[in-house]
Amino acid sequence: MILPVPASAGVADDRAITVEKIADGVYVRPGRVAVVFEADNIANTGFVIGDRCVAVIDTGGSPAEGRALDAAIGKITKLPVCFVINTHVHPDHMLGNEAFERDGVEFIGHENLPRAMALRGDTYRRRAAEYSGNVANPPKIVLPERTVGGTVQLDLGQRMLTLRAHGTAHTDNDLSILDEQSGILFAGDLVFLDHLPVLDGSINGWLDELGQLMDKSLRAVVPGHGPAEAEWPVAGAATVDYFTALRAAIRSWIARGGELGAAQQGIEAADPERWRLIDQYHKRNVAAAFAELEWED
Amino acid sequence: MGTRMKRDAAMRSFYMALVVPALFSGLAHATTVEEDMAWTGGLKAAYFADREILSDDLIVLEAPQRAENAAIVPVSIKAGIPQTEDRYIRTIWLFVDKNPGPLVGKFHFTPATGRADLGLRLRVDAYSPVRAIAETNDGQLHMSRRFVKASGGCSAPASSDPDAAREELGRMKFLVRHKDAEENSTRVEGNPPPSLAQLMIRHPNRSGFQMDQVTRHYAPAEFVKEVTVSFEGEEIFRAETSFAISENPSFRFYFAPRQEGAVTAVVTDTEGREFSETYDVSSVTGDVAARR
Repeated sequence: MILPVPASAGVADDRAITVEKIADGVYVRPGRVAVVFEADNIANTGFVIGDRCVAVIDTGGSPAEGRALDAAIGKITKLPVCFVINTHVHPDHMLGNEAFERDGVEFIGHENLPRAMALRGDTYRRRAAEYSGNVANPPKIVLPERTVGGTVQLDLGQRMLTLRAHGTAHTDNDLSILDEQSGILFAGDLVFLDHLPVLDGSINGWLDELGQLMDKSLRAVVPGHGPAEAEWPVAGAATVDYFTALRAAIRSWIARGGELGAAQQGIEAADPERWRLIDQYHKRNVAAAFAELEWED
Repeated sequence: MGTRMKRDAAMRSFYMALVVPALFSGLAHATTVEEDMAWTGGLKAAYFADREILSDDLIVLEAPQRAENAAIVPVSIKAGIPQTEDRYIRTIWLFVDKNPGPLVGKFHFTPATGRADLGLRLRVDAYSPVRAIAETNDGQLHMSRRFVKASGGCSAPASSDPDAAREELGRMKFLVRHKDAEENSTRVEGNPPPSLAQLMIRHPNRSGFQMDQVTRHYAPAEFVKEVTVSFEGEEIFRAETSFAISENPSFRFYFAPRQEGAVTAVVTDTEGREFSETYDVSSVTGDVAARR
């Protein structure tokens, strides 16, 4: 294990970050491929600027990362942040929330997000604190004030965002955000590139949700992990291909009476040249998918 | 309130104990003496007093060195002797030393089991020895031990889809595979070869160590505590289990059906619920048992 360099206690982390403009009023802070908690800027985060205010989409893996995003927004626009939208519960996407806790900011998430945050928040806080070395001051879990089932539209002033709550896929609380003006979809972790997809919901559900998304005509997507923007539907194919192959291999393993431990050793990731972090996450995915698929009739 | 405070404090110290070894695992993993402190320092005495435990190969525990998913760690136990009326394994204890409740379960077998092999999935909360101890019918104890690197299995969010798990609570699946038995080296002359069976139970098997951030309470423990499987009224496998069994408990074991008949599985949980299913099993053909 590589020990992370602890953020020295007492010294404020006021890093400066760069954001990429991918369309008029649409910006992304690209994440980097790394194992969760071993860095706090793994996920792609971003924001969309309307005439009235700004919507932040995910806040990164630490309050410092959230503050840096907030500062980057302040350098681009004087408009206030009015919404913070979390695409799902994972810590690399929401542990920066507390940086935006102030009057006028509404936190929004999937209708299952409060439960997921409630059940997992403590573990995430503890692990984030361990990794940062700042055990005395773990990040806060900021729950959504408004939740979404189905779809909801947010008005940023002459700019509408459509939020869609998905069925269980990457997690049981995946939310995607479409900027109607640019045709760009913030897909959250429904779409991975470079970073091996991580299954924490349902392999069948994920393939179903992606199947529906693949039919949509979008200018581009912002994947939860990978480049700041990617062409659609081409970008979705990598995730679909990985899970389609994994599902077929596991179903056949189960049909032959094979057990989980051997499956984790025996089933390899398809198209390994496409992915990083296979060693860290593939066997985990096999276990999660196996535990789901063995209940199929 | 008082109970919760005490528990919070207990959990805090429990976590603190985890932090250091988790961070320095690369260095700490040199000495097995240290790894076994929980066992030698009290666990062994609590369960077996001063009884002698042989470390031999009567049973062999298999577990991954590193568990990729700490909430679903597959382990198996292979028995080195066949189950005969004269000599058989009657109980296997399974422990994860560093779990908040170290005893995973007690698993009981009979001569009708054919072979006291067992496969199941565990939650492992810390880097920990996992140990299986078999008691033969003459009262001897035999141990097999593995060290597993995993953490957070008990407090980690178990379920990725709690609604789906809840909807199907108590549903069971029972599979029998005669084919696997063909190469079974421990077959007893004159007896039918043992068949591999798998019993799966839909159940959240919640540990009670998952804290609700909103209420600051732990979600109450809710788990399968006993599983009894019998063939034509004769017990072939019984498990007394804890929350350390993963969500949707799955047990693989053997039994040697002497003729066609009915297998009944009865499952009870900590809420007092009882689930029961009966399946027809052919002794000769067919891999999947039909539900009655």
